[in-house]
This record gives sequence, structure tokens and C-alpha cells, in this order.
Amino acid sequence: MMKLFKNIGLTAMIVIGGISFANASGDSAYVLKKNDWPHAGPFGSFDKGALQRGLQVYKEVCSACHSLNLVAFRELTALGYTADEVKAFAGEYEFVAGLDDEGEEKFRKGLPQDYFPAPFVSEEEARDANSGALPPDFSLLGKSREHLSLFTPWNSVYGEDYIVGILTTYHEEAPHGVELAEGMNFNETFTGNQIAMMPPLSDDLLEYADGTKATTLQMAQDVATFMYWAAEPKMEERKRMGLKVILFMTLLTIMLYFVNKSVWRKVKNGNDLV
Amino acid sequence: MGSSSYEPKSKAAKWFEERLPILGLIHGTLGAGYNAPRNLNYWWNFGSLAGFMLVVQIVTGIILVMHYTPHVDMAFRSVEHIMRDVNYGWLLRYSHANGASMFFVVVYIHILRGMYFGSYKSPCEVLWFLGLVIYLLMMATGFMGYVLPWGQMSFWGATVITNLFGAFDFYDGMGESILHLLWGGFSVDNPTLQRFFSLHFLLPFVLVGVVILHIWALHLPGSNNPLGIDAKGPGDKIPFHPYYTAKDAFGLSFFIVIFAAFIFYMPNIMGHPDNYIEANPMVTPAHIVPEWYYLPFYTILKALPDKLLGVIAMFASILIFFVLPWLDGSKIRSAKFRPATAFFFWLFLVNALFLGYLGTKSPDEILINIGGGLDALTLGRISTVFYFSYFFVIVPLVSRMETTKPVPTSIAQSVLDARKEG
Amino acid sequence: MTTNDRIEHEEEVTRRNFLYVATGVVGAVGVASAAWPLVDQMNPSADVLALSSVEVDLSAIPKGQTVKILWRGKPVFIRHRTADEITRAVSENTADLKDPENDELRAERPEWLIMIGVCTHLGCVPLDQRGDFGGWFCPCHGSHYDISGRIRKGPAPRNLEVPKYAFLNDTTVKIG
Repeated sequence: MMKLFKNIGLTAMIVIGGISFANASGDSAYVLKKNDWPHAGPFGSFDKGALQRGLQVYKEVCSACHSLNLVAFRELTALGYTADEVKAFAGEYEFVAGLDDEGEEKFRKGLPQDYFPAPFVSEEEARDANSGALPPDFSLLGKSREHLSLFTPWNSVYGEDYIVGILTTYHEEAPHGVELAEGMNFNETFTGNQIAMMPPLSDDLLEYADGTKATTLQMAQDVATFMYWAAEPKMEERKRMGLKVILFMTLLTIMLYFVNKSVWRKVKNGNDLV
Repeated sequence: MGSSSYEPKSKAAKWFEERLPILGLIHGTLGAGYNAPRNLNYWWNFGSLAGFMLVVQIVTGIILVMHYTPHVDMAFRSVEHIMRDVNYGWLLRYSHANGASMFFVVVYIHILRGMYFGSYKSPCEVLWFLGLVIYLLMMATGFMGYVLPWGQMSFWGATVITNLFGAFDFYDGMGESILHLLWGGFSVDNPTLQRFFSLHFLLPFVLVGVVILHIWALHLPGSNNPLGIDAKGPGDKIPFHPYYTAKDAFGLSFFIVIFAAFIFYMPNIMGHPDNYIEANPMVTPAHIVPEWYYLPFYTILKALPDKLLGVIAMFASILIFFVLPWLDGSKIRSAKFRPATAFFFWLFLVNALFLGYLGTKSPDEILINIGGGLDALTLGRISTVFYFSYFFVIVPLVSRMETTKPVPTSIAQSVLDARKEG
Repeated sequence: MTTNDRIEHEEEVTRRNFLYVATGVVGAVGVASAAWPLVDQMNPSADVLALSSVEVDLSAIPKGQTVKILWRGKPVFIRHRTADEITRAVSENTADLKDPENDELRAERPEWLIMIGVCTHLGCVPLDQRGDFGGWFCPCHGSHYDISGRIRKGPAPRNLEVPKYAFLNDTTVKIG
């Protein structure tokens, strides 16, 4: 029976795997490039330098249009900043603190417990400022643009790779035969290849605080790392705990294997029947 | 359930047992008082694993409720609050989300084991029914739970699935009335979310009740076994404890390693990325896919050209399991001695997996390049026809006509025979 | 059974028992570790903890005024005391106090009296500058507090509680 099971299981896997592989290779003329991420894999942890640079890219470039609603300043300590640095960072932002005696808005400095303020107060304002397109919130983009495949992992698209893809695969001119709609730009990675966002990055657009050379690819990878952290801030804790849990449970499983064997010895192969 | 053979050892236990014989009940169901066939293989572990998963889901679920807010304006954010701020919140939510998938994996294997070894056959029909009721309740619970994070897939999944009930439009406006009743409004909105939350909380406890009945119905005739023959003689059975408690503990521990691999290293692989985008009634995702455990039925739904027929076929594809005990006319339970039945069983399984695979595809997608190309819709129709003909043609005919292999006279005898062979 | 057999058998039993006990212990450790997250999730979450301390700018509070702020879900009174009030508070150190406490211990800097504005009787919020002792008065059951927040008359058992605070500089205090 086991043999039959194996055969059929194998057949099914080959059929399904083969079909999806054939599918994936015929999907698009453009192939998304994969990057090496230090935070990938079971032992991966975030590159703090990249996170800090990514925050700088977000603050100086992306945050003009994109919100980061779910992230609070206090969480930035995970990027390697001290509590005082986070306080100073938060203090650069201003928040409305009710109304004063004349009914005018009062302002206060940002505090660590505040969340990143959104660049636009409403969806309508955001669309109006971006020729009808809505710049998506950044908080979960690292996960919401991901397409993971359990059985065909080589077909998986990781959120960080997708973000780098978007930022680095603009064409100055649309390929021959492609009619771009008004206000659209050609992008290899974006679904349908027409994206409203202008190419946001160019070499030496900003000066990194740590002196790293700000190439387009460097900035794209840094901000992608930052965005993945924003989407999954507990990743390091999760992987560390996972290692402990799996090692522990493997030990327990081995012990229980021997317990089970020892318990069954008395009746194994009908020992009790003869 | 229950056993009069239980004798408490300590005085205190005896005092308690006289007043509430619950220790004897446990002894008789999960302890040494219950005798199970000695030859159960590892496929029989999945019952206890399913029980474990139900407990995991209830415990993590109750905890998530402590932090979740069932309101369209706050649900999405409160889930992210759990993921980011609550101590171990990410662990609890990932356990619950992946736990649902694991629960279904385990239950599917449990059902397939029952199919292969003929566990549904007389005198276990009611046991089989109760199992199917559990499965249906799980489907309902899982569906409503998936709506709660209020992501794009939550919203649009809820919209598509509830709209199915609009197919029952037998007189003017009836379909619409059903939908308004389900939604508590004119579309999936806050009232829908709140009632799904309430039912998602309630149904697991109904499940617990049915599980107790399921175990009761199991213990009256006793467990089936890989040989499919009745365990009669004293040499056929061994006490549940310590033999199957040890085996279940080992199986559970091994299973947790796999479960942990998902929670800690691929927590989002079972989910859909669009559910990390907050629900938006103005924008539909490119294609709406249900959770993997509904996919085969989703393909059957799409395979029929008519909406009402599709819905009926989908429900029929699940409800048909209720008549399986009568479709199968064989006197022998286990497929071990029914080679043709075994062959078609594996074919059925592959077909079911293929149906599931097709569920993720758009109907017009060309999957096999033969002739003009076979699209997902055509393949889905072929698979659906096979699915139903398995129940209505293959099982009734094969079970009554096939040449079977000789069946051992008793479990003990088969063990001794195997011993002789070495 | 020969003696040798029996010794071997006993050794095996010992080994087996050790395995069972060891597995039981490891299993119990596993269950306990799994239970911890289920308990710890009830502790204050990160966003709640972020609000556990608050910094207050004192420069905007004129002498002789009390400001009420919300801290950890409770009102906190910050009173900028006048010289007269300080003298009165210190002189009443020797009065007949129900809960004797020197004013110097209640106010790190005498001009700033910072305390939780919750009556120690049954949790009402006392009214500012009322009552028989020129301090606070709780309208619920008539507790009178003096200008140091000490209970002088009425059912309240203790003085108004002073929270943990620290002056970051002359005009900023961090409560909590």
C-alpha cells in the first residue's frame, strides 16, 4: 500500500509541479530579479544599517506621498536607535493638539507614542494630488505584494524583491507598440506595466547619513528592507523563538519515540499472544 | 463511553467517583478502560490530532478576542495591533491562522483514512455522519473566521460566498431577501462582520459538543482497523492506555514540529497577500480565491454554467458523503483487500487535489497545450464529472463486482501470521 | 529466573523508568513554556506601555494654579504653589494628621505639588481649592485635604497619592 501511495503521491506532485512551472515561465516577458537579503532564511536578521538608511529614504522621498499609518515612532528603537534618538526623531514632526481659545488648531511636537503622520488627510486629497492615483500605505506593503507558493517555492515572489523591482525597472520610453495612458509611466514589474508613480529614485538623490553611496539600487534595497521590517516587525523574535521551539520539540519527539517503542515492546509482533 | 470496570485507587478518588463518575468516564474513553484494536497504524493518529487542533483553535481564539474589535472601522487595525503591540500577539494570531489550515489538513487525512479503510460502513454510519457534521461546522467556522481580519480577501470572499445563497431565487425577490437577511443590510458591511464574529465564537463550542457525540458513537461499536474486520477475541485488542496514549503523544509531538515550522518560518504561506490590504468595497482584487481547503468545491461551483446548478452541485459534492455507506455495497470494509476500490480511491484523491489546484486558476487560463488548448474551465468540468461519477458509478459498481482478496479470520491471527513470515 | 537475569531485568526497568520520567519532565517544561504566552498577552501591550509616562511642560502653569492632566487613565494634579501655600503646608507638618507625612517628602520641589487626583476613600476626583483646609475637597463623601494633599477630615484613610516623577529640567517633569 505504501508503495502505491508513494507512486500516486509522486505522480500528483510531478503533474501539479510541472503545470505550475510551465505556467510561471510563460507568464510575463519580464523576470523579477531576486536580491540577497540578510534577513531571509531561518537564521536571517535585519541589517540595521539598511533599516536606518531605508528610514531615511522613506522620510526624505517616499513620505511625500505614502503614509505609514501602522508604525509608531517608538518602534524605531528596533532599527538600532536609542530612546533619546527616537524622541528627537519624533520631535521633528508636528501634531494637532486640539483647539486654542480662539478656535484655531494648536500644535505640539511629536512624541514616541505617536504614529507616522499621513501626507494627505483623506483619500480624495491624496488622489487629487497624484492625478487620480492613490499612493498605497506603506505599513504592510512588504507582505501584501508577496506571492508565496508552498509546493513550487521557486515561483514565490517576495515582497522586498517586488518593491526593488518597482523602483528599478522603469523604462524612459515605453517599448514599441505599447500605448501609455495619460500621466502613466512604463514599469516592468507593475501589473499591466503602467504605473502612475513617476520614477521616485535616481542616483545620488540624497546623501546617506552613514556615507553609503546612494545609488538607485542601494536606495531601493534599503527602503525595501525598511518596508519589510515595517510589515513584519516581529520577524527576528519569531525566527529566534522558532529555532528554540523546533529544537525542543524535536528532542521531545525523539524521547517520545523511544517511550512509545518501549511501551509497545510487550505486544509487538504478537509477543503477548505466544 | 464510561466503564463500570474502573476502580479508584485512592480514598479521595473513590469519594469523588461515587458522587460524579467522571474519572471512570475518562478511564473508559481515553484510558486503560477502553480497548482498541491492536493493529491501528499511524493513519489512526489523526483523530487525536484533530482534537488537539480544536483545542488550540479555541484557546488561541478566545485570547485573540481579548484584543480584537469587531467593527469595520477598527477590525483591520486591531488585528495589526495584535501583531505589533500585544505580548506574543503575533504568535497567537499566526498560530490561529495556520492552526485553521492544520486543522483542515488533519481532518482531511482523517476523512480519507475513513474512506480507504471503510470506517463509514455498518455499524458506524452515525459515527460517519457526526464526522461530516463536524466537517461542515468547520467549513462554516473557517469561512466566518477568515472574514474577521477585514482584509480585501475577507471582504470579497464574504461577498462571493454569501452571494451564492442568492441563487435560491425561486420566486421574485426571494434570492435578494435571503441576502438581506444574511448581510443585515444591502451588502457585506458592519452588521455582517458582527454576526460572523458572534457565530465564529459560538460554533467551535457546538463543535465540541458534536465531537463528544462523535467519540461516543465511536466507542459503542469500537474503532475500525486497517484490516476492517471486527475485533472480537481478547487477543485482538489492547488497552488504549498506555499503548495508544503513547503512540498519540509521539504523533502529536512530531506534528507540532511541522506546525511550528509553519508558524515560525512560513506563517503567511497559507494566507492570501491581499488580506494585508484593508477591505475596500470600491476595489475588487484581480481574482478572488478562497482559502485552500475550499478550493475543490470552488472549482465544482465554477464548473457549472448555471448559478443555481453550480451552487447545488457544490453543496451536493459535500453532502454526497452522507450516502457513501449505502453507495458502497461491499461486505468487506478495508480497501486493503479490495484492489480495484483502492485504485479508484487513489484516483479520486488525485482528482480532488487537481480540483483544488484548478480552484486557484482563472477559468480561461490555458493549462494544457493539446489541440486548441485545454483551459481551466474545461478541465474543471472533466474533473467534476469524474468526482461525481466516482460516487454514483464507480463506488456502487466496483464495490459489488470486484474480486476481493482473502480476509484474515481475526486480528490476532493476522499478527501471528505476520510473525511467522518474519 | 537466575540472579543474572534478574539484575539485567532490574537494570532494564530502571532505564525504562528513567526514560518515562525524563520524557514527562521535558513534556511538562514544554507545556509550561507554551502556557506563558497565553498568560503574558494579558499584560499591558507595547502601545499601552508607551503611554505609561508623560512629560509635562511646567512653564505654562502660573503660580497659584492647578493643572489637571490624564496619566494612565487617572487625573494628576500639578499645583504651582505660592510661597504662602508652601509655608502653610510646612507649618502644618505638626498638625493632628490622620496619615502623618511631612510636606518636604510630598513635594520634591516645594513650589510643585504633583499628586494623583483620586480620593483615597472610594476613588472620586476631589475639587480644587475647596474644603476647610484650603486644599482639596471630595464631594462624594466629604473628605477634606490640605494644601499638601494630606487628609485632614472625612472618611478617606490616606493622603492623596504622589506618583513617581522626575524633573528633566527646570520646566519639564516626567511623570511615571
